[in-house]
Amino acid sequence: MKRREFLKRSGKATALAAVCGGAGWFFHDRHWFKYQPAVVSRHDFQVDPDSRFPSIALTRNEDHVAALNEALDAVGSIKRFVQAGEKVTIKPNVGWDRTAAQAANTSPLLVGEMVRLCLAAGAAKVVVTDLSCNETRRCFLRSGIKEAAEKAGAEVLLPTEEDLVVTDLGGVVLTKWPVLRPFLDADRLINLPIVKQHSLSSCTIGMKNFYGILGGRRNQLHQEIDQSIVDLAAFCRPTLTVVDATRVLMRGGPQGGSLDDVNIEHSVICATDQVAADARAAEFLGLEAARVSHIVLAEKAGLGTIDYRSAGYKENI
Amino acid sequence: MTIRTVRNLRRFSQVLFFLVFCWLILETNFEVKINPDTVSEISLPYPVSIALQFDPLVALATLLANGTLFKGLLWSLVILIPTVFIGRFFCGWVCPLGSVNHWVSEIKSERISFRGKGRIESNRYKKYQRIKYYLFFFVIAAALLGSLQTGILDPLPLMARSIGTFLLPTMHAASEGALHWVKSFGVGPVSRAAEAVYDPFASLLLNFRRVHFHGIITIAFLFTAILVLNRVFTRFWCRGLCPLGAMLGIFSRFAVFGLQKDEKTCDHCNLCLEHCQGADNPDVGVRWRQPECHLCINCQAACPQGSLSFRFFPTLEGAKENPPPAQQVDMSKRKAVASLIGGAALFPLLRSGDAFSINAGERLIRPPGSVGEDDFLARCIRCGQCMRVCPNNALHPTMMESGLEGLWTPILIPRIGYCEPSCTLCGQVCPTGAILELTLAEKVGDKETPANRIGTAFFDQGRCLPWAMATHCIVCEEWCPTSPKSIYLKEEAVLDRQGREVKVQRPYIDPNICTGCGACEFACPVVDRPAVYVTSVGESRSPDNQILLRRKIAARPPQEIPYER
Repeated sequence: MKRREFLKRSGKATALAAVCGGAGWFFHDRHWFKYQPAVVSRHDFQVDPDSRFPSIALTRNEDHVAALNEALDAVGSIKRFVQAGEKVTIKPNVGWDRTAAQAANTSPLLVGEMVRLCLAAGAAKVVVTDLSCNETRRCFLRSGIKEAAEKAGAEVLLPTEEDLVVTDLGGVVLTKWPVLRPFLDADRLINLPIVKQHSLSSCTIGMKNFYGILGGRRNQLHQEIDQSIVDLAAFCRPTLTVVDATRVLMRGGPQGGSLDDVNIEHSVICATDQVAADARAAEFLGLEAARVSHIVLAEKAGLGTIDYRSAGYKENI
Repeated sequence: MTIRTVRNLRRFSQVLFFLVFCWLILETNFEVKINPDTVSEISLPYPVSIALQFDPLVALATLLANGTLFKGLLWSLVILIPTVFIGRFFCGWVCPLGSVNHWVSEIKSERISFRGKGRIESNRYKKYQRIKYYLFFFVIAAALLGSLQTGILDPLPLMARSIGTFLLPTMHAASEGALHWVKSFGVGPVSRAAEAVYDPFASLLLNFRRVHFHGIITIAFLFTAILVLNRVFTRFWCRGLCPLGAMLGIFSRFAVFGLQKDEKTCDHCNLCLEHCQGADNPDVGVRWRQPECHLCINCQAACPQGSLSFRFFPTLEGAKENPPPAQQVDMSKRKAVASLIGGAALFPLLRSGDAFSINAGERLIRPPGSVGEDDFLARCIRCGQCMRVCPNNALHPTMMESGLEGLWTPILIPRIGYCEPSCTLCGQVCPTGAILELTLAEKVGDKETPANRIGTAFFDQGRCLPWAMATHCIVCEEWCPTSPKSIYLKEEAVLDRQGREVKVQRPYIDPNICTGCGACEFACPVVDRPAVYVTSVGESRSPDNQILLRRKIAARPPQEIPYER
């Protein structure tokens, strides 16, 4: 090998080695693709307390739309909760591939009316969404909620992975979890649960309904069901809780399926105190709220009061 | 109408039928608006599997295997009867896989075998084209004894399976990955532009959610191999392997339509050969082979002398220079008989293995409404339509779960997706009745009708949280869709590691009610090997694969008081 060729080849080899080494050094453990979750503080969607209105009201009326309006007017009209130009997110329970009559999902009538009320109050946008357990589109279609909400003018979001944002919920068991975006960027949050029996938490009403804002390994939450419900309720304190107790699923919850398990109650609760709402609604299931551990824990955490009568409970039957 | 117009019509027909076929597969998807008040059952708006029912090989093979022509399979006569009179028009004008092979073969290439003389030589009739007839006899003999293997190579099921379970999911993964990659640059206008391209593409072609299929790589391999072979021999699949082409070739034995050659005007330019699709000897001086011709009429359109013409009752007198057309299929009788014997021997061979019934896989969970395994293997053509339509991605092509005999037949893998209780779509799309269409009452059961069961769930008490770890869970009970729930709970006081008493609810299965839908297994928080799992025992379709002596609709248990803690 001639000297010149020797030098050329050695130079090229050294350059290639330098590129390899440099690339290795450059890419070494620089956290390039490590995902940094957005840290979002606790969300408080509540309105300021107003002594003129009770924090919970229940109306019984066979016309469910009228029942909703009456209960809402009792706690202050929609104007108290939704101002012009605000983005509102409504969280019905659309967990299962069941029809409205089977009482596993919130009544589409109430969802539609709530959307209409928000838009009438001048809301810029109303999003209706839930992360269903069964296949999302089947749940939204069969429950009738997609049709009702869209007819009333809402944007119905059928969630995909894209809509989840890893968020610090700041709870005891719920720390960093993927949360649906509409529950982070809304101005107002209206929780619209239905009342159902649940074998582990006794009941699924308002606070448990917030399971539906989470993605990820939700099936682990049962291991700490009371604390995780309370963590969630503390994270997203809703503007308003509207409990659909028009039909109540007494057994076989939270999925139901048989009409024999459904009691017809024709009742709607509106509340600014979500603990009080759950406490009152639990009575439809024959439960005493003081013995339902997640409701007790929520009161202890300062999220509201179990003694709903002291919260100025108004009943209009 | 000039011959060039006819050729253009043929091209148009190929594109049209290809698009219709693809469109039907895209529509094999749950995208239906339902009115929850009036319709309790979800159904597809189009008969999306209709294309498969036009397939004469599906019709013949299922007829031989199970003795009936299921529903729409009568449509196959629309293809078969004209073939008897005019020949394999289906291959040249209709077949979507044939068209794809046609197009792939026509891609310009520098390879010598694709140009001029090399191409002319490759388009002469070759002995390997007999293979398809032997394959046909082989699978037909197996079908006659009850093992339907035609679907593996039959072009329409093959195409449907490849598009539905391989091409579309792969395309989905690729385009979604590309979108995420572009968006990861974090440049707003670029991301928006990417979305503007992606969204219409996705709404046109992609499923509403990403799906994952078991055994996809084997399906991909066969389909890719068929396409690649076109680069070695023009339309190798259609000429040499396709059992449907063989069947149509055999049925065109008495065709009255064919190619007439005029040796006086021919100047042996060989342009006809250069454009021939079927390798059926269109040139003057050799016998034209009717059973090989796809009726693409390229030869007539290419002939500058007008020496070739397709016509009814072509003249059969031949000179030495122009022998008459050979209508009989070119194959050796011995090899045909040997293929028949081989196919017939396949059946006892497969059934002497242990995969069928003797040692059937415990996880061989068939779709709801499936007929008994014997009949199932005589009906399933592995078109993959049930897998495509399943809204939960629950149905998958088998690998060896039902032995080699059941390759690519559907199984339910609950860990990936459970059987949606109210859904009956797989039965609606099955073109051959391997999965019968159930009504909602037959699926979930009511007071008179027992529910359709596909298996039974069991607990692995060593892995279940309340059973083994003194921890609350019962996600399975929450998800159990039957009413009353098949999973029931008993509160038991257990000791944790520190010896403290913990009250947990331990789940149990009521095998009288469990339908084996797999929702519990799907939802179980023990991720890798779930603590509750479904096996096929108890499935409605089998009288033998049962646990309990007598299963009937269980009476409703006494009303329970909701559990309080």
